[in-house]
Order: sequence, then structure tokens, then C-alpha cells
Amino acid sequence: MSATATFTLDGRAIAFNEGQTILQAAVAAGAYIPHLCFHPDFKPHGSCKVCTVRVNGRHAASCTTRAAPGAVVESDTPAINDERRALVQMLFVEGNHFCPSCEKSGNCKLQATACDLGMVSPHFDHFYPDRPVDASHPELLLDFNRCILCSLCVRASRDVDRKNAFALSGRGIRTRLIVNSRTGRLADSDVTAADKAVHVCPVGVILAKRRGFEVPLGQRVFDLKPISAMADPSAALERAAARGRGPGPRGGGT
Amino acid sequence: MSARPKLRVATTSLAGCFGCHMSLLDIDERLFALLERVEFDRSPITDVKEVGNCDVGLIEGGLCNAENVEVLREFRRRCKVLVAVGACAINGGLPAQRNPLSLPLLLQEVYRSEPGARFGRIPDDPELPLPLNKVHPLHEVVRIDHFIPGCPPSADAIWKVLTGLLAGEERPLDHGLIHLD
Repeated sequence: MSATATFTLDGRAIAFNEGQTILQAAVAAGAYIPHLCFHPDFKPHGSCKVCTVRVNGRHAASCTTRAAPGAVVESDTPAINDERRALVQMLFVEGNHFCPSCEKSGNCKLQATACDLGMVSPHFDHFYPDRPVDASHPELLLDFNRCILCSLCVRASRDVDRKNAFALSGRGIRTRLIVNSRTGRLADSDVTAADKAVHVCPVGVILAKRRGFEVPLGQRVFDLKPISAMADPSAALERAAARGRGPGPRGGGT
Repeated sequence: MSARPKLRVATTSLAGCFGCHMSLLDIDERLFALLERVEFDRSPITDVKEVGNCDVGLIEGGLCNAENVEVLREFRRRCKVLVAVGACAINGGLPAQRNPLSLPLLLQEVYRSEPGARFGRIPDDPELPLPLNKVHPLHEVVRIDHFIPGCPPSADAIWKVLTGLLAGEERPLDHGLIHLD
């Protein structure tokens, strides 16, 4: 297969390399397909299903479906966006997503995706689960209330940091994020604030302590532009974080 | 002066902080244009205590006690269109942060264990509405027709939805107006 093979995404020709999935090719081509558990640096996980598209008339998760020459992919349609909105609403009611108190607000892919899909209410009944936070680590806060089980921290810790510090435990509705340490507390793991796992969380589960409001609300990545205006929101967040961590009044952390 | 009859609008704050009402007032001079088209029924603005038959009901705040539920049901009975305004009405918001805690523990903590409450007792006046076991958003109890998210929603978001309702059309909130924080 040549590098010039293409499929169409909502009528637009997208070139792909052999082995790329539909979402990987779309991100590389600058085309947006909503996604939460996907990150271009990691092997796709296929769990959130927000990137679901219709490939030749059949539903498929675009992050795990190989691109095929001539495939007709539909993504930005009212019917598919309705389904995506329902998925995001379910994520909201399964956890405790209290945006006004979350430092990730404005930089949160879940929040930005919900807004972009026109989610004005959670629609379903809230679970209000009891998920205590882990504030044991001197530099990091772990707030399980916001976890959407994307497993990005699991993949980053395993594949990049080589620490295997996180895992998803349990099944079905009882699935939860756990810390791989003797006590189960983050302080007793070897996770540090420099770890990739700390920086890939698409929501506000893993946060640096003492870094609140370095960027004011209203000036954050998805405050300035809707998430659908960026094909690769992960890269946009990383660019913003790199600026925030650099020299200047916002740099330096504590 | 408009020849059309004015629409009746009622507003209330349940388990909220009145921040959404402040945001409503924040439509500033557009209030004059609004008052050409609507008249307020029960509302903190009019201080009318009972809700009459209305075209639109705007509800801020979630449900944290039995009175909240009663007022909400009365609004649903009286209003043709019910709008949940703000985070607390939509997902419980700040008051719902007590939900993982048990109610007896909470009352004990606030009225008995807190420093300074050593001689306190849990209020039991029969006139006080009983707290609900958990705080709930409005849509879990009655049908809600429209939602304006935000903590609080911006004046522009409230204005857009309100003027849409007055014009008889749904005006979706786009980027910048729809926000969850």
C-alpha cells in the first residue's frame, strides 16, 4: 500500500500510512474527530467510544479501526453527535464532575467535548459515587471523582515512565483507577511530578499541588477555542503547559 | 409599548446562592427591553411569595430539602416552560458536594462537633423543612424544558435563551456561552 492511500472523512480525503487507524490519520491530517481516551503518543485503548464513526455504514471506534483505502467515514453528523453526547452525559453522571471547583476547568477534554457537543444537562440521574481523594503525595493530588477510566495514565506510566504506577481494577461499573503501591497511596509509589503519566490525564484526576489559577479561568486552552477547532487537542494542551512551565510569572510552580 | 400581551415569568432560588439571579440582573439595560415583553410573577425581584400561572419559570439551585421539592413541583404545575438555570439546578452543584457524606454525620458535625458548637443541638423546629438525604438536580424530579449551564451562566447566555423563548424558538448556546464552570 502506498503512502498516498486515502479514505474520506465527511467527504474530505484523508491520506494515511499503512497501519494507521482512522483517528490517527485524521489527527495527522488536521481533521477533528471527538475523542477522550485516545492520545496520539499512545497505543489506542478503544474504551470511551466517543470517537465512534460510521465506516462504510457500520459503527466503529475510529481510534482502533484501521484506515482502509476508499473507506467512507462519517463523523460529524447529528445522529453520531447525539450518541457521543449521550456517552459524555453518562461519564458525567457516573463520576462527580463539579467543574466550578476543578483546576482543570478550561483545559479539560471531557468538559470541552461536552460543551462542543452542546451538552447543557447530564440528562441521566446522577450516581454521586463516594470516591475519596488521595492527597498523600507531596506534589500531586489524585481526585478519583473525575476519573473517566481512559487508562492514559496507566499507559503512560507503563510505556514511557516504566513505573507501572497505575492500573484499572475491577470490572464493569466497579472498574476504578488504583495506584500500584504497597499501601495503595500515591505517596508510597515512585510517581513524581515529572512523569508523563501525570501530564496525560484528559480530566482533573492527577493535578500538581499549589499550581491553582496560574492561568485565569476564561484564558485556558478550550476557553479560547472550541475543542473541535483543533484536530489534536492533546498537542494544544501540551504546548500550553510548556508555556506555563517556562520562565516568567507563571513558571516555577511552588 | 408592545401590543402583544406580556409573558408572565416566575423565578426562584432553591438550593442556590442567588448568583444566577445576579447574572440575570447582569443583563443590565437589556432589562428594560425585557420588561417590555414580560412581567414578573413570584420572584425575589418582586418579593411575591406564591407562584401564579406563568409562561416561563426560571429555577436556580438544586433540591436539598423538602420545601425545595414542593416549590419545584408547584412551579412545574404553574409554568408552561421550566428552565433550569445554573450548575446547582442542573447537577446539584456545590450543595451536592455533601452527597458522599451521611446526613446524620453532617448534622452532627455542623451543629455538635464543630468548635464553638459545643452546646449546640441539631435544629428540630417543626417549621424547618427536612433536609433530603442527598442533594438532587431538578430534572431528577420534574420535567425540565431548557437548561442554561454555568456557575453562574453569563448574562449573555441567559439573555440568549430568554429572548429565544420570547421569540418562540430554541437558540442553542455556542462556544463561549455554554460553559460548565
